[in-house]
Amino acid sequence: MFFPISNTHINPIYLAVVGFIIGILGGFFGVGGSFIAGPALRLMGVDWNYAVGTDLAHIVGKSIVAARQHRTLGNVDLKLGLFMAIGTIGGAEGGAQLIQALKRAGNVNTVVSWVAIVVYLGIAVFMLWESGTTLQSDRRRSPRKIKGAESKKDRSAFGPVTQRIQRVEIWPMITLPTSGIRISLWTILLVAFIGGLFSGFLGGGAGYIRMPSMVYVLGVPTHLAVGTDLFEIVISASYGTITHAIKGNVDILIALVMHTGAVVGAQIGVVATQYFAGPKIRLAFVPLPLIGAAIVVYTLMTGHKL
Amino acid sequence: MKKGTAKSLQAFAIELAVYSVLVICYFFLVLHLLGDWLYRLESQHRYMYAAVAILLIAGQAVVLDTVTTLLFRFLRGRGK
Repeated sequence: MFFPISNTHINPIYLAVVGFIIGILGGFFGVGGSFIAGPALRLMGVDWNYAVGTDLAHIVGKSIVAARQHRTLGNVDLKLGLFMAIGTIGGAEGGAQLIQALKRAGNVNTVVSWVAIVVYLGIAVFMLWESGTTLQSDRRRSPRKIKGAESKKDRSAFGPVTQRIQRVEIWPMITLPTSGIRISLWTILLVAFIGGLFSGFLGGGAGYIRMPSMVYVLGVPTHLAVGTDLFEIVISASYGTITHAIKGNVDILIALVMHTGAVVGAQIGVVATQYFAGPKIRLAFVPLPLIGAAIVVYTLMTGHKL
Repeated sequence: MKKGTAKSLQAFAIELAVYSVLVICYFFLVLHLLGDWLYRLESQHRYMYAAVAILLIAGQAVVLDTVTTLLFRFLRGRGK
């Protein structure tokens, strides 16, 4: 099939299958999946600027489906999502400015690559340690299987640190009944800003940073963090899509075809979260940043940009 | 395999088959018709293209989500 906007020929079935895989990951982990979509589009000969912009447009559609499904399961904290969106958009602009500064200094690729490797590996190692420790202590405390609504009750080995963060009283304090927490607005904005900064700096939606931050820093239960992150991604990725479309970086026809597969994948991913407890979802999350790190290492070693 | 799981998988397979037929029709009808218009819009009216792009992807998300949910409910209901 010919896509005139980006001037490329791509098999629509390939696009739908890529969308399906990303949809499952998005529905289950609350991530955009840009670390797969970008390289998958590049492999088909789509220019890098179109790959980035089109991926964002596809993320909007997929996140709408997954967030709607999570909402029906009670996994979306709308109030938190709206505050997060404000911080994320601010951070994304900051990240983009940082990239421009590095471009002027002439070492953007090296710096971004090494930052990405350190961040991805750090997240993977930390989440492996935390979810492993939590699962081990859960096994010692109660050997029974956790199913259904019970599985949403979350425990974390990092819990004491999270509680200390929640106790930091900087006005205004926000109560989030859906997530069951009371926390300073500035903590929420800071977490969202850092997520947005990485999104603007490293590309994609940065769900690999935001979802763990919501769990470990804000103390949001994992299922709610996944659903709320998706809701927040709808807003921030829409903003990104519009700015990229104005700059001529979006082939909406490719995004629409990819999205047909993502719809089914996202629904499967969302349903699957019902059968897993928070620590198990966090443990299953670990390979995602590792894949991201492997892609960056590959591009550094070979000089090819996937 | 449990009877319930087998039924769910069967319903899902049928849903996927029906959905695939719908999507293929969508590829060749809607996208073929929209292709040229969107191409011209992208090269001549960028701001309008940006607005149309976000509306199209959001609209498709809502419509396809509704279609798959209804399809799944209908097939599940028939299975019972």
